Amino acid sequence: MTIINIEHIAKIYQVGSEQVHALRDVTLKIDKNEYVAIMGPSGSGKSTLMNMLGCLDTPTHGLYQFNGKNVSQMNDNDLATIRNKEIGFVFQTFNLLPRSDALHNVELPLIYAGVSSSERKDRAYEALKSVGLADRVHHKPNELSGGQKQRVAIARALVTKPSLILADEPTGNLDSKTGEEIMELFNNIYEQGNTIILVTHEEYIAEHAVRIIRIKDGLIEKDEAVKRRYIPNSVSKNINTVGTV
Amino acid sequence: MKNYLFELKEGLIIAFRAIRSNKIRAALTTLGIVIGVTSVVLMATAIRGIDTSFKEGISSLGADVLYIDKWAWFSNEDWWKIRKRKNIRIEEYEEFKNLIKLPKAVAPTLWIINKVKRDDKNIENVFVTGTTSDYLSTTNFSFSAGRFFTDVESRGSRYTAVLGSEIAESLFPRESAIDREIKVGDVTYRVIGVLEKQGSFILGNFNPDKQVYVPIGTIFKHFISDRIRSITINVRAQNPDMVEATKEEATAVMRKVRGLEFGEENDFSVNQQEGLTTNYDQTVGVISIAGYFITGLSLFVGAIGIMNIMFVSVKERTKEIGIRKAIGAKRRTILAQFLIESSLICLLGGLIGLLLAVLLSQLMAQFLPTTIQVDIVMIAIGISLLTGIIAGFAPAYTASKLDPVEALRYE
Ligand SMILES: Nc1ncnc2c1ncn2[C@@H]1O[C@H](COP(=O)(O)OP(=O)(O)O)[C@@H](O)[C@H]1O
Ligand SMILES: [Mg+2]
Repeated sequence: MTIINIEHIAKIYQVGSEQVHALRDVTLKIDKNEYVAIMGPSGSGKSTLMNMLGCLDTPTHGLYQFNGKNVSQMNDNDLATIRNKEIGFVFQTFNLLPRSDALHNVELPLIYAGVSSSERKDRAYEALKSVGLADRVHHKPNELSGGQKQRVAIARALVTKPSLILADEPTGNLDSKTGEEIMELFNNIYEQGNTIILVTHEEYIAEHAVRIIRIKDGLIEKDEAVKRRYIPNSVSKNINTVGTV
Repeated sequence: MKNYLFELKEGLIIAFRAIRSNKIRAALTTLGIVIGVTSVVLMATAIRGIDTSFKEGISSLGADVLYIDKWAWFSNEDWWKIRKRKNIRIEEYEEFKNLIKLPKAVAPTLWIINKVKRDDKNIENVFVTGTTSDYLSTTNFSFSAGRFFTDVESRGSRYTAVLGSEIAESLFPRESAIDREIKVGDVTYRVIGVLEKQGSFILGNFNPDKQVYVPIGTIFKHFISDRIRSITINVRAQNPDMVEATKEEATAVMRKVRGLEFGEENDFSVNQQEGLTTNYDQTVGVISIAGYFITGLSLFVGAIGIMNIMFVSVKERTKEIGIRKAIGAKRRTILAQFLIESSLICLLGGLIGLLLAVLLSQLMAQFLPTTIQVDIVMIAIGISLLTGIIAGFAPAYTASKLDPVEALRYE
């Protein structure tokens, strides 16, 4: 089943009198339960593509169908609904609400989805448990390590059971050991049947995915399956026991 | 619907958190609203107090009483022409009384201002009204002790006096005034009655509480003659519906008494409380508009402060707004969030302002018969919320329109 269908998408930014072609002509399809890495050097248009895929932004030209729905023409409200229900974001800088504890951060998408308080708490707790933070639910972000913060962010992305998880350089702010643990977590999430798109500029991180799309200057340069996929040597397949950092 | 409730609750949580984490800033911002609400509430309460006391005072004058006077209370007529009118004399009153049919009662009055004393206690500048026994029927007076003077006493110009409640209280604190002697100037009177408190602040010295009533003959004899000062004839209609008819009759009778030819102008005025009310309404109307404008201005300044701080708040929380939008907050959600925050700040300010106003109104109650009433409280709360919504709208709207990508990039 196709989750993402993009045809001839372009994104042009107007900077003063100059036009910046962040994306030129991108066409791609991503199916359910794929694990895709988007790779490219800095400034190649990765984040722009990811914002587009995540319905944070709309293309200047081209067609974008998400789960069969044409989102390229949607208004802000409809886009917000899609982001809320269908997409889970994981950012390089975690982007947690600093004044809220882990539980409330994870609850937040459910608040906007109109889920009742008790169900919200249950689901948020389950999500935190699944990333190994059952004992950190009432910690504020500044009381958590980088790895733990990213786990909270992943729990927040998972809690709405979205059709797509989008991660923009999720290991960019972590040391390599912690980064590896996060990649392990992504692998488990993938193996549970989720669809993941990972944006990175590191070859090594990209090789955790199954498919790599390389972009350069706003164009797809290469779209290929990973030959020697790096499968993290999980301590266990059970993500509930992924070691806390 | 459910969504709205959850979002409202989330909005409240965020707002409380934002205010708590910026206590000093919130306090300073709120100050403007506190001052604004305090002054608006006090203003409203004061105006209401003035209103109540005026209406009370005026009703003690009686809506159904006419005052036939040399002077017009309110008139466009030439003051010099009025000045040249003949005084109304006591003989004219007698004739008037004999001719007139409709009124319930008519009484002459002539007041002086003099010192009133009793032993070592004395009060300066007391209004002492000379009148007859008929005067009682032109008023709604009731007595806390004694009685008004009788026909015999007023005709005989006996030295009897009826005291207003405040005069009695000052001269005879905690003792009965009845049958005691007082002096008006050098003239000794015997107190035969004390009025119950009428409570009419606005009439100042005309307030019956601050007056002394004596037979009019004693005034002529010792203080002033009706040759020098015109008397006033108080005419009370049978009932309020009869006021117009009574006024017509009184005018006709008075013309006859004054010997006016057909076509000659009246050389007297028939005054009415109604004129006083209209005049009062106009004056107080202007004063309250000015007052509300000035106090409203302070509220406006407070609102500007709120707007300013909300813009700062939106700017500071750009990243947070980006995060919320990324995970599904709609425009209206963000709009509501900031509106709730500014309303909450204003509401807190309003409540503190109300509290202050309640305390200050205790002071005000010393000289104005007024207390803060429920409707003013409700209005004050409403105004605070409204101020919050209006002041918060522009910042909240800015926040709701933020582009999520830009907002997320903001550091
Ligand atoms: N909001 C923007 N306004 C103008 N230019 C932009 C904007 N966002 C991105 N760009 C430009 O688009 C190109 C692609 O940027 P980006 O997608 O962030 O690249 P990457 O994430 O691969 O580093 C860059 O040249 C960048 O300068
Ligand atoms: Mg980037």
